[in-house]
Amino acid sequence: MNHNWKLVAATAAVLLTAVACGSSSGGDKTAGGSGFKAPDVPMAKKLGTKEGSVSILAWPGYAEDGTNDPKTDWVTPFEQATGCQATVKYFDTSDAAVTLIKTGDYDVVSASGDATLRLIAGGDVAPVNTDLLTHYADIRSFLKDKPYNSVDGQMYGMPQGWGANLLTYNPDVVKPAPTSWSSVFDANSPYKGKITPYDSPIYIADAALYLMNTNPDLGIKNPYALDKHQLDMAVNVLKTQRGEVSEYWSDYLKQQQAFESGDSVIGTSWQFIVNLIDADKKPIKAILPDEGSTGWSDTWMISSKSKHPNCAYAWLDYIGGPDGNAASAYYFGEAPANTKACDVIATTDNDASFCDTFHAGDEAYAKKLWYWTTPVSACLDGRTNVKCTTYADWTQAWTAIKG
Amino acid sequence: MSTRSGPSPARTGLLLLPPLLWLGVAYLGALGALFLAAFWTTNEFTGDLVKVFTLDNFRSLLDQPVYRTITARTLGVAVLVTLVDAALALPVAFFMAKVARPGLQRLLVIAVLMPLWASYLVKAYAWRGMLSKSGPLEWLGISPGYGLTGLVITLAYLWLPYMILPVYAGLQKLPGSLLEASADLGAPALTTFRRVVLPSVFPALVAGSIFTFSLTMGDYIAVKIVGGPTQMLGNVVADNYGVANNLPFAAAYSVVPVLVMLGYLGVVRRTGALENL
Repeated sequence: MNHNWKLVAATAAVLLTAVACGSSSGGDKTAGGSGFKAPDVPMAKKLGTKEGSVSILAWPGYAEDGTNDPKTDWVTPFEQATGCQATVKYFDTSDAAVTLIKTGDYDVVSASGDATLRLIAGGDVAPVNTDLLTHYADIRSFLKDKPYNSVDGQMYGMPQGWGANLLTYNPDVVKPAPTSWSSVFDANSPYKGKITPYDSPIYIADAALYLMNTNPDLGIKNPYALDKHQLDMAVNVLKTQRGEVSEYWSDYLKQQQAFESGDSVIGTSWQFIVNLIDADKKPIKAILPDEGSTGWSDTWMISSKSKHPNCAYAWLDYIGGPDGNAASAYYFGEAPANTKACDVIATTDNDASFCDTFHAGDEAYAKKLWYWTTPVSACLDGRTNVKCTTYADWTQAWTAIKG
Repeated sequence: MSTRSGPSPARTGLLLLPPLLWLGVAYLGALGALFLAAFWTTNEFTGDLVKVFTLDNFRSLLDQPVYRTITARTLGVAVLVTLVDAALALPVAFFMAKVARPGLQRLLVIAVLMPLWASYLVKAYAWRGMLSKSGPLEWLGISPGYGLTGLVITLAYLWLPYMILPVYAGLQKLPGSLLEASADLGAPALTTFRRVVLPSVFPALVAGSIFTFSLTMGDYIAVKIVGGPTQMLGNVVADNYGVANNLPFAAAYSVVPVLVMLGYLGVVRRTGALENL
């Protein structure tokens, strides 16, 4: 594995010709958990004139400019306030985000925990000078300096918010109402052929979480830290599920349409998609089962190849600020990172219970969710006597599961 | 000095330079670069390209049964789509070329060409609606849902014009007198079809099959729209390139359809069908 980290540093050094740094120089930073060296990408010291445009790479629903719904628009106010014309590109999976940011065409990206470390290690994102972000002080402390968004105490972005992957179903068809994830992994499901899982290798963690609760003998302590045997067991669960799947979804519009037409009746979804289906007056319900769930904690990051760094900082400050954070978190359906966002949602959206529903200030609750994290060979659960499977293993397993 | 007998070789060369450059650099060069990338690998964590020669990609293609399954499935679907299209195209093209009056003939050609004017995506999504649990086929009680069957139906629909048109052109070249002579000699319709029509239209069928077969081999968008959980070769390539950011593996797997098509064209050449087109 050591060999690989050297490769990371070496490749990054080639990529960043502007930076004079050897693969073992003292300038590199080491992440505590996974022990990789972060390439020495320069950080902005002060802000200059805004460049007039910014290119945003985001999860669907994070940067609405009124195209989906004229009333849903928090990008235009940003453009008016800063003079930065924003172009928005939505991506379907964390892998797609990593691929797209490498093109260098984007200034900022909303990265989940299964993308952040890959981006940092690859030198694709720059450290973020939080002193330049006026609203950073209002971000909840339990989202700052986390292993997935910082290296050695150096933040790499502005936290956006967090939430859970929800067990979603059509209440007209699925009776009695499901209470556990076992309803999507059951080998004899009455909803055979109408189950819709998320189409990404990271979904293997959902099966691992299910095994964690149903098969404690396997000894899974963290669904992102699976040794070879544990991964094989999770793969078996998913291969069984494969026979019951209507379709694997990654395009949120297609999942919305499949739920509305009845082609899918139960599966994994996001609050944001549930809201869209709800708005179409179609039957839909989403719950967080008692056993917990996988989830995400997203951070806005700035590309190391950004051509508009000042507008990028402006976007980070806006989307992490009370208004931008409130609008995006409310629309997407997640706990906002900014402490002041809850008040904004309570007044402008007239929804005082929103932050309670999503347990926005509840650190203990936040800890119960298993945030998307990149599986690496150094086991994330602290085991040292065994090597864990990596994301590359998961990617191959995912192809084999779909068959 | 140029003579009156024709342009000088230098001028011909100059004229041919742009298309040759295009063919040599843009087309073959891109294919070559793709093939070269198949021998590289990516860093498994950051996804960056590692330009070190390795056969690992081809090894995992051979070692892992899932890729054999997917290749076999893709070939099967391509053959099936080609057969369905051939079976549909023969009677339609025969009616157009030999039975219909000239006015109706023109109308039918337009009708066959018409779907080509609509976007591929529109047609694929139309079939998503057709095959849906709340769609018209389900209402008739015959919807296969999203999956392999739905995929074959959709692809056969999408590529049908590419089969009908060459077969129609081939049948037009067949003199009506041959059919009459066959009938005069006492051959029943089926024998005429088998011994007169089929041999003369065979090169056209082969030409059409090259379209339907190769288009199906490479398709991955319709698979995403109507294929349900089905994976085809194109999906694995697209997922490796666009999702897993593993260009080398995608390139290695892309070599498979190239080899299949080369083999197919080789077989076609041996039948002599290409010369008779």
